[in-house]
Amino acid sequence: MKTVFQQSPTLPTDYTVAPGKITTTTGKTIRTEEMIINMGPQHPSTHGVLRLEIVVDGEIILDCIPHIGYLHRCFEKQAEHMTNYQQVIPYADRMDYCSAITNEWGYVLAVERMLKIEVPERVEYIRVIMAELQRIASHLIAVGTYAIDSGAYTPFLYCFIDREKILDLFEMTCGARLLYNYFWIGGLSHDLPPQFIEKAKEFCKYFRPRIKMVNDLFTYNEIFVKRTANVGVLPKDVAINYAVSGPQLRGSGVNWDLRRDDPYSVYHKFEWEPQVGKGEIGTVGDCWNRHIVRMREMEQSVNIIEQALAGLPSGDVQSAIPKRIRPEKDAEIYVRTESPRGELGYYIISDGSTSPFRVKARGPAFVNLSVLPEIVRGAMIADLILIAGSIDIVLGEVDR
Amino acid sequence: MTAEEILHILQQKFGDAIVGSKLDIMQPWIQVAPNATKDICAFLCDDPSLNFDSLMCLSGVDCNNGTFGVVYHLASTVLKHKIVLKVIVPKENLHVQSVSAVWGTANWHEREAFDMFGIIFDEHPDLRRILLPDDWEGHPLRKDYKVQEFYHGIKVSS
Repeated sequence: MKTVFQQSPTLPTDYTVAPGKITTTTGKTIRTEEMIINMGPQHPSTHGVLRLEIVVDGEIILDCIPHIGYLHRCFEKQAEHMTNYQQVIPYADRMDYCSAITNEWGYVLAVERMLKIEVPERVEYIRVIMAELQRIASHLIAVGTYAIDSGAYTPFLYCFIDREKILDLFEMTCGARLLYNYFWIGGLSHDLPPQFIEKAKEFCKYFRPRIKMVNDLFTYNEIFVKRTANVGVLPKDVAINYAVSGPQLRGSGVNWDLRRDDPYSVYHKFEWEPQVGKGEIGTVGDCWNRHIVRMREMEQSVNIIEQALAGLPSGDVQSAIPKRIRPEKDAEIYVRTESPRGELGYYIISDGSTSPFRVKARGPAFVNLSVLPEIVRGAMIADLILIAGSIDIVLGEVDR
Repeated sequence: MTAEEILHILQQKFGDAIVGSKLDIMQPWIQVAPNATKDICAFLCDDPSLNFDSLMCLSGVDCNNGTFGVVYHLASTVLKHKIVLKVIVPKENLHVQSVSAVWGTANWHEREAFDMFGIIFDEHPDLRRILLPDDWEGHPLRKDYKVQEFYHGIKVSS
């Protein structure tokens, strides 16, 4: 797709704005006043209970202060108070409820590395399949709700139809549609049901054209491009300084994906490419580029799932599950995995007992949201909705 | 660059500020003095041969022996090496230098550590509670934390 659309600048070009005054092109100065506006915590486009305190001058945002914590459920305290390591997994599910599988994976991977457990290859393959299905489901929510943010309702419905199909696959496997408790330390709670492989293959075949359809309907839609191209540009160096990760980092043109750059599981066995914002429309690092990275990642996930389904080895998925989980005293580990939102890290310290001494969850949405004030300064209020939406936050994980 | 080389460079440059280290484990760590934290972090970030441009995670820890720790997990996106820094401070004097001027991401992480443990980050631009309400009593992730009975007339503990 070539650039066919006129690029819309973030600020109107016929006058300059400084705090307190507007100077028109004819040199006339109009005095303006700052105003504080609250957006949220109950607001349809904050994707949860996020409150943004915005200082505006007319339509221009001078500053933005996010207030979080409305959904704080003491994950870290709960984890310390469990009687064993396994019990933490359902709580990890509930952090990022749009991609529970990847939350579980980060946690079980950390504990497995602490215990030096080698997981059977079949388990690794199933985990990859599940995580990539989850990535598609999560990106479908991101894309669908982003469509609503930008004023389009239809793509949302198409995205959610497809997401339902993925949730059906999950339900078939482990009985749950949203919060699975499927990954166990050293294995899985169930093996795949017999009809799963066929159904998953069917889904992959069905889903590929659907990505193109959403792209045609939404991604390259002129209204959408005008609203998102060149809006909320996050430069590369700021992104790295704020440890932004996931599609938001790749949208800024940084070729960084933990599945490749801090390898875990069997991702190295498959052919796939991390997707980076190239700026064919708009600028690298703007909202449109963050969006297109998600669209392309779904395609890559389908590639991975198809390869994993084709090469799925046989074996027992529970053979490596330890009878007793008790890491060494003072053992500690930080493990990061690539969740749909970015780098999900768990820092676990053991005191030699059967429950963790300290669990810190480094949620990607928490970190990605912290850069918001840097990118909205100087933008219009209406663009704030789109910039905040393009970060793809899940407040369950921001607040933990 | 290996952890030994990083430790060697830091010892040469900062001498006594490098308090301890443990290198024979999966993720080697180096303990640094609280009053040199910011300088060491700025050096680790800016030095071209180290180039730790990314602070992956900053965690507060209650060591449950009268001391608190702050743990920095650093990585370089260019050179792809990692290191863990630790700062240990006594409970009576919970002051650590803020590194939010070095890595922007530290801002919220430090606010969280302040919120949960009461660790004070000196020179932090905006040290407020982040997850809990401003008027909450105590710091919940401390091992000796007792939850308050009432919060604005709402019963909290059972």
